[in-house]
Amino acid sequence: MQTVAPATPKSWYLPTKPHKFCPGCGHGIVLKALGDVIDELEIQDRTIFGCDIGCSLLSWDFFACDSTQTHHGRTTPVMVGIKRARPELITIGYMGDGGGYSIGSQHLLNAAVRNEKVTLILVNNTNYGMTGGQMAPTTLPGQKTETTPFGRDPELTGYPTKGPEFIAQLTPDSAYVARATVSKYNQLRRFIRNALRNQIEGNGFSFVEVLSTCPTNWRTNAQQTWHFLEDEMEHYFPVGELKNPFGKGGK
Amino acid sequence: MALVKIALAGEGGQGVQSVAEIIAEAAYNEEKQTIYIPNFGLEQRGGVSIAFIQVSDERIGAPKFNKADVVIALSERAVGRTAHYSDENTLFVYDSGFKVDENDLPRQAKKIIGLPAIDTANKELHPRVFNIIIMGAVIGLTNIVDFEAAKKALENKLGYKFEKNPDLRELNFKALELGKQMAEESLKEGGQ
Amino acid sequence: MQQVITESKKAFMTGNETAAWAALASGADVMFGYPITPQNEIMHYWTRLAPQYGRGFLQTEDEISAGFTVCGAVQSGKKAFTATAGPGNVLMQEPFGMAEGMRLPLLAIIQQRGGPSSGTVIYSQQEVALTTFGGNGEGWRIVYSTATHQEIYDYVIKGFNTAWKYRFPTFILGDGYQAKMREPLEMYDPETRGIKMVDTYPLIGLDGSITNAEREPQHLCNIYSLEEELYDVVLKNTAEYESISPEIVEYEERQCEDAEIIILSHGVVARAADDAVKALRAQGIKAGYFRPITLRPYPEKQLRAAIARSGAKKLLIAESAYGQFYRLTRQEIYGETIPMETLFMPGVGIIDYDIISKVKSIL
Repeated sequence: MQTVAPATPKSWYLPTKPHKFCPGCGHGIVLKALGDVIDELEIQDRTIFGCDIGCSLLSWDFFACDSTQTHHGRTTPVMVGIKRARPELITIGYMGDGGGYSIGSQHLLNAAVRNEKVTLILVNNTNYGMTGGQMAPTTLPGQKTETTPFGRDPELTGYPTKGPEFIAQLTPDSAYVARATVSKYNQLRRFIRNALRNQIEGNGFSFVEVLSTCPTNWRTNAQQTWHFLEDEMEHYFPVGELKNPFGKGGK
Repeated sequence: MALVKIALAGEGGQGVQSVAEIIAEAAYNEEKQTIYIPNFGLEQRGGVSIAFIQVSDERIGAPKFNKADVVIALSERAVGRTAHYSDENTLFVYDSGFKVDENDLPRQAKKIIGLPAIDTANKELHPRVFNIIIMGAVIGLTNIVDFEAAKKALENKLGYKFEKNPDLRELNFKALELGKQMAEESLKEGGQ
Repeated sequence: MQQVITESKKAFMTGNETAAWAALASGADVMFGYPITPQNEIMHYWTRLAPQYGRGFLQTEDEISAGFTVCGAVQSGKKAFTATAGPGNVLMQEPFGMAEGMRLPLLAIIQQRGGPSSGTVIYSQQEVALTTFGGNGEGWRIVYSTATHQEIYDYVIKGFNTAWKYRFPTFILGDGYQAKMREPLEMYDPETRGIKMVDTYPLIGLDGSITNAEREPQHLCNIYSLEEELYDVVLKNTAEYESISPEIVEYEERQCEDAEIIILSHGVVARAADDAVKALRAQGIKAGYFRPITLRPYPEKQLRAAIARSGAKKLLIAESAYGQFYRLTRQEIYGETIPMETLFMPGVGIIDYDIISKVKSIL
């Protein structure tokens, strides 16, 4: 049987491949899309990639781009500081749902309000993966995690955070806000491209949440994993562009 | 010139800090070592406001002090609040129009002086220049800066207002002069 | 960059205004800050002055963000700084820790206020422990404790250079009194005093193309997979900190040669200590004055030498905190047998009278 190796983005840093994510993890797909877009937009030499703590941290040497680690939740202000100091650089903050919506939520919210000219990519896999599968702001009602062993009870812990929806409310029309999913690669790539274009053109804040998979902590096989992503998550978190300065976007 | 320590106290809005600032700048412009520090606790919003000024030819140490050479209380409340800055070397000044409880006055003072500053301002000048009379009194009591330097400092601070209304200049200078005279007179009077 | 002060000039201003001017004269590119008393006027003056000289400012959502935006800006090669106090200093320990871990040339001006908690907005020396050894690290920080406006001006300039030369986070430790009082100082352009401002350089966003193989991509890291990796980094940075410490240490010493008692203080309290020593000497009491200017690294050898040389019978430590400076000193001069007396006045000012009375009560 003939196998075709998928093309590797030029902007990937090959000495660190194969990457360190678990089998079935969606991060690799997001970073593939991001690598493709960096190549396509020819911004590798002026991109600063900043990663949060959590599984997103494993991407710290993923790209052949200047990159920096930060602290949990603090990627947003570090990227803002870089962009404010060196507007010619393209700053990409990469974080999980815990870093963005919980411990770093004040930074995300205020960076959005200020329409900071940075691009943030937030990977939503409904749990804290790196620390062993605890409840995240995005954990679905009834979903079992290490800290909600009987399922998330919204009476006790509220409902899942809908990030793009609230960010869309906070930002002016020059911001780009979207939710993508690793199950729709071409759309994911298009949304990330739009987000980076928006920064390159100096329009405003750009935010993409990406629904992703975590079979390790979900304790799911391939079929169950895909079912949870496409049927449960995408049902709760509608995929699409919520704000697009370039005009109408497609679902 | 040896170190002179002055505490000015009054109600927020009386211009205590502005006057302190003008005095301090006048001393600084005379090439003297000067420190001015306002109290700036939460109480500055609607309480007694105190300004600490120190002037010397020598380098000045700590920015605040326990006992002042001159204490000026610009409100009735300020009298009680500032009494503890007074010791046997202190000139303690308040407005002779205040109804002051004897117990609020300092136990120790070189001299306790009542000046008719408010009355003079109201009757002879304008209520607004009450604090400039006080500034004149500080100069009369301490000689930390000469009269011309004080006028210059006033000009620096309020010149933009004087430009619009030259009468104001005369009014302020008059107030300064009156304050100084009043203070000098008070020192001549004997006894405590 | 446009010269800010062409000719040396005298000024009569607050310490906060002084700090803003000094940062401008140092060529600082950008300030990130969050309001807290008593440092607010540093931001107020900076936001008025900075646009005239093409410098930047951002008021962030909190002190955590102010610290991390500074971390980002210095990584990109810009001279950035912040200022804070009290609870804000507590929040900034997280970014300060990152600056330690990643060796970022961050400069922070701390105007100490009363604590613990919200304490007072006025004054204290209660942020010594936090500023020298806050965070989950080993205290790789350089902390200058200033006493006068002239020193605020001088050490802000020096602090930027120290930060960028050695790449350890650097602190100007002032207090509410210094922040708010007005006193004279002389402002100058550093170059006219022969002070060469250390060139900044980016750690990320470097010149040269990665795609054309002109250079390797930079991957900055602050978290390690293995214990041994971290261990090596900590030992390396500690060794470097210790080796540069002798070049950085600063202190003042007066009349310790024959002193029976050495009065030890730092920051604004040293002004009162200086006056107290003069007054005590005038009364025939042999008092000496020793003041660390750098609290980190601490002038430990110099203090030990002063104690030995004088043969002093006692050390009096005066501070506007309940023993933070005392504990720092005690650990630095461990093994000295000289009795250490203390004058602790947490959150309130100390004047010469307080020190003189204390000395008389213990001699």
